Amino acid sequence: MPVIPSFPLHDLPSHSNPEQNTIDWAALRRDFPVLLQLAHNKPLAYLDNAATTQKPNAVIETIARYYRVDNANVHRGTYQLSERATQAYEAIRDKVRRFLNASRREEIIFVRGTTEAINLVAQSYARPKIKAGDEILISAMEHHSNIVPWQMACKQTGAQLRVIPINDSADIILERYEQLLGEKTRLLAVTQMSNALGTINPVKRMIAMAHEREIPVLLDGAQAAPHLCVDVQDLDCDFYAFSSHKIYGPTGVGVLYGKENYLDAMEPYQGGGDMISRVSFEHTEYNNLPYKFEAGTPNIAGVVGLGAALDYLETIGLSNIVRREQYLLDYATQKLLSVEGLRIIGTARHKASIISFVLDCAHPHDISTILDCQGVAIRAGHHCAMPVMERFDVPATARSSLAFYNNEADIDQLVLGLEQVKKLFN
Amino acid sequence: MNEELRALYQEVIIDHGRHPRNFKKLEGYSCCQEAYNPLCGDRLTLYLKLDKDKILDASFEGGGCAISMASTSLMIERIKNTRISEAQQLFDSFHHLVTAPDSGADVSAPLGKLKVLGGVRDFPTRIKCATLAWHALKAGLENVDHDKSVSTE
Repeated sequence: MPVIPSFPLHDLPSHSNPEQNTIDWAALRRDFPVLLQLAHNKPLAYLDNAATTQKPNAVIETIARYYRVDNANVHRGTYQLSERATQAYEAIRDKVRRFLNASRREEIIFVRGTTEAINLVAQSYARPKIKAGDEILISAMEHHSNIVPWQMACKQTGAQLRVIPINDSADIILERYEQLLGEKTRLLAVTQMSNALGTINPVKRMIAMAHEREIPVLLDGAQAAPHLCVDVQDLDCDFYAFSSHKIYGPTGVGVLYGKENYLDAMEPYQGGGDMISRVSFEHTEYNNLPYKFEAGTPNIAGVVGLGAALDYLETIGLSNIVRREQYLLDYATQKLLSVEGLRIIGTARHKASIISFVLDCAHPHDISTILDCQGVAIRAGHHCAMPVMERFDVPATARSSLAFYNNEADIDQLVLGLEQVKKLFN
Repeated sequence: MNEELRALYQEVIIDHGRHPRNFKKLEGYSCCQEAYNPLCGDRLTLYLKLDKDKILDASFEGGGCAISMASTSLMIERIKNTRISEAQQLFDSFHHLVTAPDSGADVSAPLGKLKVLGGVRDFPTRIKCATLAWHALKAGLENVDHDKSVSTE
């Protein structure tokens, strides 16, 4: 892999031409074998990265190599192969710690994905702690996975779910947020970046406001982790969740970061092997962090694959990726706004990589089918954020979501496809 | 534009999608059935006026993609003034039309104009759009209590 210099974000103009720096983005695109195929005899323009990202050869080969060479169960065997598997698995914990800039490796829990991470916090932290009359605060732009687990915890305890409203540009209304932070608020769970609208929320400020009232904060980082530089100590969030498959790693793996004092005080989420230190029929002593929360054989190959994805990103430099994607977002926004009858849903000042839109002449589902036939893969629907659709009074949107490996040609192909939609429906 | 796409979005479908017929609440309906496709947000309410074993009149309200709007509009045109037993057979024929491979044999003759929706069979992700209204019809005719909403899921 080429050695790529990493530029600090603030040294460069935010809308600079990526061609001016030394990164060969076209070469990086070729690292993703899926992108080399044709779709309906057209080059595949994959613009559904918010749903899942494609995997570079480095990730695919690392997983294959793990199964070919290193496969054994972890934390158990007293033979060399098992030691190697354990080392490979645990090395990724250190890697994730660095990626998030967490202070301790014990604060990194491997789970199945963002959804499981949030459910874990809802059941192991919130449920035992909250009582009838307490409140959990979320925002109006949450993914269902940051709504339903809290609804379940509320139902179990008699607590109430309160929702911070958003304005017409899809920004959180901070004045309303401040009003909602009250005596009864026990937790704030908010997305760092909206999957349906692209909004980047002012989470650092929101966390500081919550902490002034000693309210802990969980950040849903499913969309943010691949597209922003995340530093959990700087943000000072108490929990952070993200998924491997949205950050160029395999499906079925995710990470929960939690501050040690919180994780320590929490009961395990699931019982089983690996999460115990001593078991009898009368009594069980739980294992230490992080193993207390990792019952059963983990997704070892998946974790190892996530590690390869993080290595790959580190080589490119996340700040370079942020800048590249900002350029692509600006390019796509300009191009899409030139399409007559197109309206972008979600026009926050701080956005990344996601453009939701509707056309006045065609339903998102029809748009998506016609684009598919032009080789363009986008998502049409409610994006697992039905309340967002209701807020903007649309049944669904078409959503184009970018990754650094996308290029101007992908976006041009999308716009050309939309012209076809208009020709058919006008 | 490719051939499959042209077969899917035939003129009749675009026309009925844009200007659905019988798009209103039916006065004096004997049954009203809601249907919802949670995947894409298509939502419709089907009104039926029944007399013993016959569908005297039908209409709908709601919103959705061109395929679901056209399918509903064309279905209503077809089922008006048919016997309930015939409408139930049409459900099976339509389901066959949009899901089974095109065998060349014309088993869909009773469907008439609805045959334009046959192109859906090449788009598995759109079958639910085409069948939503038909699920509403089936549920509406079968249920004595018509308050419950049907879903494609």
